[in-house]
Amino acid sequence: MRPILMKGHERPLTFLKYNRDGDLLFSCAKDHTPTVWFADNGERLGTYRGHNGAVWCCDVSRDSKRLITASADQTAKLWDVQKGAELFTFKFDSPAKSVDLGVGDKLVVITTDPFMGLPSAIHVKRISGDPSEQSDESVLTIKGPQGRINRAVWGPLNRTIISAGEDAVVRIWDSETGKLLLESDKETGHKKTITSLAKSSDGSHFLTGSLDKSAKLWDIRSLELIKTYKTERPVNAVTLSPVLDHVVLGGGQDASSVTTTDHRAGKFEAKFYHKILEEEIGGVKGHFGPINALAFNPDGKSFSSGGEDGYVRLHHFDQDYFNIRI
Amino acid sequence: MAAAIAQQASKVRWGELEEEEDNEDYAYLLPPRQVIGPDHNGLKKVIEHKFNDVGNKVKITTTSRVRKLANARVSKRAVERRSWPKFGDAVHEDVGARLTMVSTEEILLERPRAPGSKGEEAKASGDALSQIGKAGAVLMVCRTCGKKGDHWSARCPYKDLAQPSETFSEQAPTSDAAAAPGATKGAYVPPSLRPGAERSTGSDMRRRTEENSVRVTNLSEDTREPDLLELFRTFGPVTRTYVAIDQKTGMSRGFGFVNFVSREDAERAINKLNGYGYDNLILNVEWAAPRAT
Repeated sequence: MRPILMKGHERPLTFLKYNRDGDLLFSCAKDHTPTVWFADNGERLGTYRGHNGAVWCCDVSRDSKRLITASADQTAKLWDVQKGAELFTFKFDSPAKSVDLGVGDKLVVITTDPFMGLPSAIHVKRISGDPSEQSDESVLTIKGPQGRINRAVWGPLNRTIISAGEDAVVRIWDSETGKLLLESDKETGHKKTITSLAKSSDGSHFLTGSLDKSAKLWDIRSLELIKTYKTERPVNAVTLSPVLDHVVLGGGQDASSVTTTDHRAGKFEAKFYHKILEEEIGGVKGHFGPINALAFNPDGKSFSSGGEDGYVRLHHFDQDYFNIRI
Repeated sequence: MAAAIAQQASKVRWGELEEEEDNEDYAYLLPPRQVIGPDHNGLKKVIEHKFNDVGNKVKITTTSRVRKLANARVSKRAVERRSWPKFGDAVHEDVGARLTMVSTEEILLERPRAPGSKGEEAKASGDALSQIGKAGAVLMVCRTCGKKGDHWSARCPYKDLAQPSETFSEQAPTSDAAAAPGATKGAYVPPSLRPGAERSTGSDMRRRTEENSVRVTNLSEDTREPDLLELFRTFGPVTRTYVAIDQKTGMSRGFGFVNFVSREDAERAINKLNGYGYDNLILNVEWAAPRAT
């Protein structure tokens, strides 16, 4: 395959997200402008200008009309996908790290970093259909975990919130009361910072990637550890194929040591693993730095990776990929 | 494509009307346009008859392959979005901006094992030792590239690419070439002359499996053959290690070769050791001979 290279960002990529139809790809980077691309040919459709800091995460509504972004400028912003207009700004007292829209697009979970003595927190906000009636108020705020919360997503039916972060523990919270329901075991769980978390397309399980050079597959209800994928690099990004039993891990050595070693030694490939057999299927090379973001197109026929090198690489699979036999 | 052009030609363009006028009278004399297929292979044949400039009857057969594109399921909304006007920074994007480029490099999903097509090839060379016992099982095995049943070593298209680094007696290939035609005719070939068997005759013969030869560059000057052997032995049986020594100075020239018995081992060694830090230098490990693909 010949990947499509998209050089719209001047700083490292942080997050990639496809809309539900798989025709748009949203990219976030440490520069201040999230960008939307056509997912088939990589053409840039537009940018969302207004943030004043690195943009860490984004999510798009099911109807592809609203985009919400979390930024280090201590805000999360709601955008009109088509026009690029800013609709609303949620203000926080510390940098926002991740956002996730719940089923129905009425609720959003936003995490904020520990900052100036403030602990990290998980905020649940209500999204109103009419942006003029949007309120800044939190429905629920959860505090407790030490260190940064790198990702928080909704559980099945918005009943739970799953969070993971620097303390290497995956937690499941009750989204009504904010009570801690389940916590991953220290023994079997990750040993270092969890950098990424991705739900399967059916929402029955999720995958976490960690700097301890492994990725783990968990049951979304019982938080039971299902599989572990061992790799030889810190994992920065994970994603699951919606059609095949494949998981993709991206990462690489620390960005700070990139210039001191050969790029082949950095292991900047996106690694494909068989979800069930935990066996490596293959690797896709290309980035000149660690992979920070991975996303699978909902049709499963293409995936994109965003790297520390500022490139988004959009890969449309060859037919061979679908014929791979283990 | 070809079919489309042919169709266009059959449509009368107003610009060509005048020219074709004199042909038109005779057009009824021609057999009608015939379309055959598309058959199960997607091959479609269009047979047309025409008068050429000189007035001779010409039969034009256009063969084209009809490929059914997988109907991509695109939602109505997605089609709508396709025509959305650009916004933000994308509005002022000039054509020269080249934000989106298609990689010039072909990127493959690199399998940890050789993928199916090459797996066979790997097996051919990798199983060399295991086949010694039943040398006659597969007669036509090319020693140069390890392909099975495709050609004899003497006729190997990659023969020139994979020149052995040391001098060998030319005895073996010539005798092989002599044996080759005999074998295809079904005449008796002594087992010792069979190419499959030759691998087992001596270790020097086995060396010639260039396919399993790995070139190691960026070696430190202190590295000698035993060091290489030590390093590569962990991946599998090694038949030869060689470090290039400068004739005059007696110093290492910084590169060497390692031959493996099996191709898989060589492949693993390349995957593992390429980029490996050895003696303060980063090793560069690759296939010695240009590969078949």
